[in-house]
Amino acid sequence: MSLAFRVEKRDQGSALFRSLTIIASVLVALFVAGFLLLAAGVNPATAYLEILREALGSTYGISETLVKATPLIITGLAVSVAFRMQIWNIGAEGQIYMGACGATGVALFSGLDAPLMLPAMFAAAFFAGGLWASVAGLLRARWQVNEVIVTLLMNYIAILLADYLIYGPWKNPDGYNFPLTAQFVDAARLTEYFNTRLHSGFFIALFCALAVYLLMERTIWGYQIKAIGSNPAAARYAGMKTGLAIFLVLALSGAIAGIAGFSEVAGLQHRLQHGLSPGYGYTAIIIAWLARRSALGVIIVSLLMGILLVGGDSLQLSWQLPVAFAYAFQGLILFFLLAGDFFINFRLRWVKEDADA
Amino acid sequence: MLEILLDATVRAGTPILFATLGAIINERAGIINLGIEGLMLIGALSGFAATFTSGSLLLGVVAAFVAAFIAGSIHAFITVQLRGNQIVSGLALTMFGIGVTALFGRSVVGQTIDGFERHALPLLSKLPFVGKAFFNQNWLIYFSFLLVGLIWFFFYHTRWGLNLRTVGENPAAADACGIAVNRYRFLAVACGSGIVGIGGAYLSLASTPMWIENMTAGRGWIAVALVIFASWSSVRALFGAYLFGGITAMQLRFQAMGTTVSAHVLQMLPYVFTIVVLVISTIRQQKGASQQPGNLGLPYDREDRK
Repeated sequence: MSLAFRVEKRDQGSALFRSLTIIASVLVALFVAGFLLLAAGVNPATAYLEILREALGSTYGISETLVKATPLIITGLAVSVAFRMQIWNIGAEGQIYMGACGATGVALFSGLDAPLMLPAMFAAAFFAGGLWASVAGLLRARWQVNEVIVTLLMNYIAILLADYLIYGPWKNPDGYNFPLTAQFVDAARLTEYFNTRLHSGFFIALFCALAVYLLMERTIWGYQIKAIGSNPAAARYAGMKTGLAIFLVLALSGAIAGIAGFSEVAGLQHRLQHGLSPGYGYTAIIIAWLARRSALGVIIVSLLMGILLVGGDSLQLSWQLPVAFAYAFQGLILFFLLAGDFFINFRLRWVKEDADA
Repeated sequence: MLEILLDATVRAGTPILFATLGAIINERAGIINLGIEGLMLIGALSGFAATFTSGSLLLGVVAAFVAAFIAGSIHAFITVQLRGNQIVSGLALTMFGIGVTALFGRSVVGQTIDGFERHALPLLSKLPFVGKAFFNQNWLIYFSFLLVGLIWFFFYHTRWGLNLRTVGENPAAADACGIAVNRYRFLAVACGSGIVGIGGAYLSLASTPMWIENMTAGRGWIAVALVIFASWSSVRALFGAYLFGGITAMQLRFQAMGTTVSAHVLQMLPYVFTIVVLVISTIRQQKGASQQPGNLGLPYDREDRK
């Protein structure tokens, strides 16, 4: 007789069990990331306390957390809309840049004034992001070209395009040759609150969450997205136009991500500059994966990621950690979430095996 | 002029070639690996660090393989043993690779080593036209030629290769034949990842003998797309990688010649080109018989109903 374990399938378990698994996964990821910090010569306990203190310990810290959460909520929603249809939009990063380019173009060159300027910038960002993503949507819908690769490669193109504009035609003529556009006029800026950097983009993000929730849960279109996502063949037999739906959902996903670009340039940076997004579009993938199906979940997870980013920024300053280190954290979180999924879907059972069996 | 361009093509295409070959081994076993970009970075850094401390280029290449093998094993464990989502796991691997190399690369930033140098092969390098471009190169490039042949031989002329292809094509059938599906998949992902790591090491040991944060600049993703262009064949991967290398070489040449076109626009060309190639090869695959492994991207569970 020997003791071995068997892997058995199980029902997904209660919502509580699933939430606990997700929380446990994130905690284990933070624990393992601690060893990376240790190897880099940083005391993880000190570092984690510093993250919490920086992000939540003061009014300013909290406002910064909300500032970081703003683009994360919007792009998280963008990625999750496509997720519901089993479509992978890995291109939110590029769509942010395109949205920002669209908004900046209007802000610098339209000559519009107060009541019209911001809506026009919003619309330009929405269309620019949507148009950018719809390339991948068209290719996927028409010829089943892998949307993961296309959306991702287009990130590099979008960032180079933004660089081209900043270093070339859109460069501020009075900017001493720095790669920046001119600052936006007041009419092209979102309202800021409490003398902090918190701007009304945060409420646009919350509004987006509500809109996405209503779209997914209260409209036929949302129903179709979910139906196609869970069983494309059945949806097609039921008469749904899956190709058109794929195209539209990717375009919508890109358009939402474009709003994040608008919110960043109009609310925070007031100009287009290199390094506009430190990878929000990639963090959005984790957020959408963590939040699974819920728009509310996207908000909660984005706030948590906001804490991590604000704290991470301060770690960079105090310990000279590279910016990209946040990616290592995020990669680990994803790894452990996937491992956690295993325990949601399967159980390990210890069984006694007969030696001759 | 054309000879110089061809030479630059081979040099620019080789890191992509290694990465594409590694990705092909992954996908032949039925596992999509989107961690190629991260694996290349891990290979680039560990290769550079090993050569920097030991002074041996060979040790650098070995270290790159081993480090990427270990990192690839994470992806293998999650997708094979835990049956996790392959796309998410691959993205996680890329993020992890970017972050970890940025963190540990700090100590060697700005350092340089004596990288791989040209080593003309007797007779072959005297061949007209192609001789200089293909046979007056460094050892790592010669190794990539050898690897293309070895992988082709492995897939089509060994039992293990046949088994591996069966596992990717139809794991249930392979299982019924007594092939250890999970073991094949795990090893294919880990070894394929190791080869991807050598592609990264080419960047830090041969292209520019130094470590630069995020020095792969999307080459890993281009490799993922080239797998489809290569229809999962190592020999066709050679053409794909050099096609891409040619565009890169031409783009650099234009920049050096000082055209009026912005450098940023020229730098877009390889990515645009890769997308175009991806679209064309996807359409072609749909018209003819697709070479895509039948169970690509699907986890295998013996207890699943088919």
